[in-house]
Amino acid sequence: MKDWRVKDWRYWLAEQRGTLLALGIFIVMFVIYTSNHPAGFTANVVQTAANKGVLLAFVAMAQTLVVITAGIDLSVGMIFLLTNCLASWLVVGTPMQTALGVIAVLAVGLLCGAINGAIVIYGRLQPIVATIATGAVYYGIGLLLRPFPGGSVNEDLADALTGRVFGVVPASIVVLLVIVLVIWVPFSRSVLGRAAYAAGSSETAAYMSGVPIRRGKFAAYTLAGLLAAIGGLFLTFFTYTGEAAYASGNSYTLFSIAAVVLGGVSLFGGKGSAIGAIFGALAFRTIGDLLFVFDFDPLWQPLFQGVILLVAVSLGAFALFRVRNRLEWFL
Amino acid sequence: MDGVAPLFRMEGISKRYGGVRALEKAELVVEAGSIHAILGENGAGKSTLIKVMAGVVAPDEGRMTLDGREVTFASPGAANKAGIVCIFQELSLVPELSVADNIVISDPPKRFGMIDRKAQRRIAEEALARAGAADIHPLALVKDLPLSRRQMVEIAKALARKPRILILDEATSALTAADVSKIFAVLKRLRSEGLALLYISHRMNEIAELADQCTVFRNGRNVASYKAGSKSDNEVVELMIGREYSHIFPPKRAAVPATAAPRLEARKLSWADRLHDISLTVRAGEVVGLGGLDGQGQRELLLAFFGVLRGLSGQILIDGKPVSITSPSVARDDGIGMALIPEDRKTEGLMLPMTVRENLSFAALDRLSNAGIIDRAAEQRLIDDMVGLLAIKTAGLDIPVGALSGGNQQKVVIAKWLMRQPRIILLNDPTRGIDVGTKQELYQLMRKLADAGAAILFYSTDYDELIGCCDRVLVLYDGAIKRELVGAEITERALISSALNIHGEESPVGLGASV
Repeated sequence: MKDWRVKDWRYWLAEQRGTLLALGIFIVMFVIYTSNHPAGFTANVVQTAANKGVLLAFVAMAQTLVVITAGIDLSVGMIFLLTNCLASWLVVGTPMQTALGVIAVLAVGLLCGAINGAIVIYGRLQPIVATIATGAVYYGIGLLLRPFPGGSVNEDLADALTGRVFGVVPASIVVLLVIVLVIWVPFSRSVLGRAAYAAGSSETAAYMSGVPIRRGKFAAYTLAGLLAAIGGLFLTFFTYTGEAAYASGNSYTLFSIAAVVLGGVSLFGGKGSAIGAIFGALAFRTIGDLLFVFDFDPLWQPLFQGVILLVAVSLGAFALFRVRNRLEWFL
Repeated sequence: MDGVAPLFRMEGISKRYGGVRALEKAELVVEAGSIHAILGENGAGKSTLIKVMAGVVAPDEGRMTLDGREVTFASPGAANKAGIVCIFQELSLVPELSVADNIVISDPPKRFGMIDRKAQRRIAEEALARAGAADIHPLALVKDLPLSRRQMVEIAKALARKPRILILDEATSALTAADVSKIFAVLKRLRSEGLALLYISHRMNEIAELADQCTVFRNGRNVASYKAGSKSDNEVVELMIGREYSHIFPPKRAAVPATAAPRLEARKLSWADRLHDISLTVRAGEVVGLGGLDGQGQRELLLAFFGVLRGLSGQILIDGKPVSITSPSVARDDGIGMALIPEDRKTEGLMLPMTVRENLSFAALDRLSNAGIIDRAAEQRLIDDMVGLLAIKTAGLDIPVGALSGGNQQKVVIAKWLMRQPRIILLNDPTRGIDVGTKQELYQLMRKLADAGAAILFYSTDYDELIGCCDRVLVLYDGAIKRELVGAEITERALISSALNIHGEESPVGLGASV
């Protein structure tokens, strides 16, 4: 055939642009953070940052799957809370009981995602409306499970997964990597994953091409539920308790959308990757830490998060200044 | 046909949409190893027929047999599995995915349950080569390709599915002449390999070159089937429209004197690497054509006039005065009075889910309102005038414009601009994919508007239209005007040779036939 090697590289770069930009933003912010941190770039500092970052990273991954299909999942934060409350009951006891508990929590996450998917796909409701409603239901169940903060978790497991591997690498980052390899990579390379992208980019074209749109979207919503549940488990591991904190659930949902956008995932669907969203989430979390090392009043945090988000998202819009055909503004 | 069952047969197929009968006991027989042309005006039932064949819509009654066995298709996927693959007029490519992703989209090669990217790449490269489009990079995103390249990808995608029956619905409408001749060679090779091809086109010369068998549809029925070449073009067109086919183009007027002041003038327009030193004039009362192969800068030139392009160099003059047109809303204002009938009516011309009424008034809202409040009575009067003038066929003004047929949608786009009484009308291939009857009405309208004093700049990919409608034709090649043809100089031979940028009068051997 042809020798495309040189051009291949350029196409790869174009495809990964959003992800690389998010990685760049994250690295710059993290370097500023650690170099101004009193303790510097130490295993401890990295571990703490990782443990805070992965929570949002899991929820942002969940959001990515749905956003790729041109949908949106406003219930991810509530699935995250519900599974946290559930884990604070079930992930306890002997290793065997703990394992069963983990499986049950993940299964509930899958089920929540599957319910969202079924309502959106087969019930033909708008994703935004459907997931506001189911999110309220999930939160309600969480509240019934934990009317007051409490419960416990298998602390051996919790400490192992939030500690360090070989004394340096944060275990939570290792788990995140494993989840990427076990869930995201196979999904993005499977027929269902491609169907999810195709449905998000042009549902009619995908349908006309005989793509399994419904199964692809259903898989995306269901796996989103699972990923949010993994996030919920980790929340339990960090806090050792379950708490149905409404404001926290809502902010995770909104931050997941911010992280997804920072990570170069298009809200119009069909474009982006969960890897980008992970870096978007880590970068977003670092904003808060930055304020801490520069001794700002925590009151300023929401304002700064907003400003930095605006700036970061605007970076992606710079290309519009180069547009010479005004019709391309609307593409 | 007798004795041996044909490859595919449709019997007594009917389909109704609401009160409208799209198909009424239609019959079709498709033989292997032949190219079967389907002819008919828009709304004659061709689209519904192939949608039934391709599993997109289920018929209300009737049966289909494949190899003598009765079949039904629940989805396009099911039809594909049975070997029926359709290249639709509205492209079925997913814009954010790569060319290779799109080519294998219905049945990607798998390894350990995941898509095998190496195999996918190989299949895509083979399919592109088979379609004669090996120059398209398999990793390019479809959204970054121009329309004519996308159509080649669409064809490659169909071939990758190893069809037994391949349906091409206006599949060449956006192709360049060079691509068309490549595709024709591919189609002929597929025929010799034993495929059945169904070919739907409004271009008679393409049908004459390709088809073995022709079937004409009218009002949802097949009205005639005949061997290709056994009827003259005029006979065929009469079968299609069921009336005398004559004077399709209105008579031209005496030429506007060259001394008359130009209404629209361009001096040395250049933009990016797409337009180079374009100078032209259009006088009131003139229809000036833009010719040449598709994608030689014609579209960009129209957009440049209409204020869409940034970084344009050169000068645009209206009535001899230099103007700066910075956006479409400036272009349409009274001082300039320009209208652009866009190429893609579905995205640039209409808001499909909004009503006919709303779509008609958009461009003229400022004239129809007082202090921001729309004067409903004035709007109604103007709309009535336009619906009458253009004979728009619609069940009502308050239905979504997307429910109209293609020809009527295009009339709405034109009427929308006529509501402002433009002095300069730019048309970007306005007759693409619309039926003969509507085309004829548009040609007449164009002449009428010119006679009423409008200056018209008309880009068309159909040489017959340029010959039939235009007083002058400017042929573009690679973003520059290569030749100006006036009056009787506008012939197919002159258009083709200048479109290919070949100097001299003799048409090159072989090229004329393939275009």
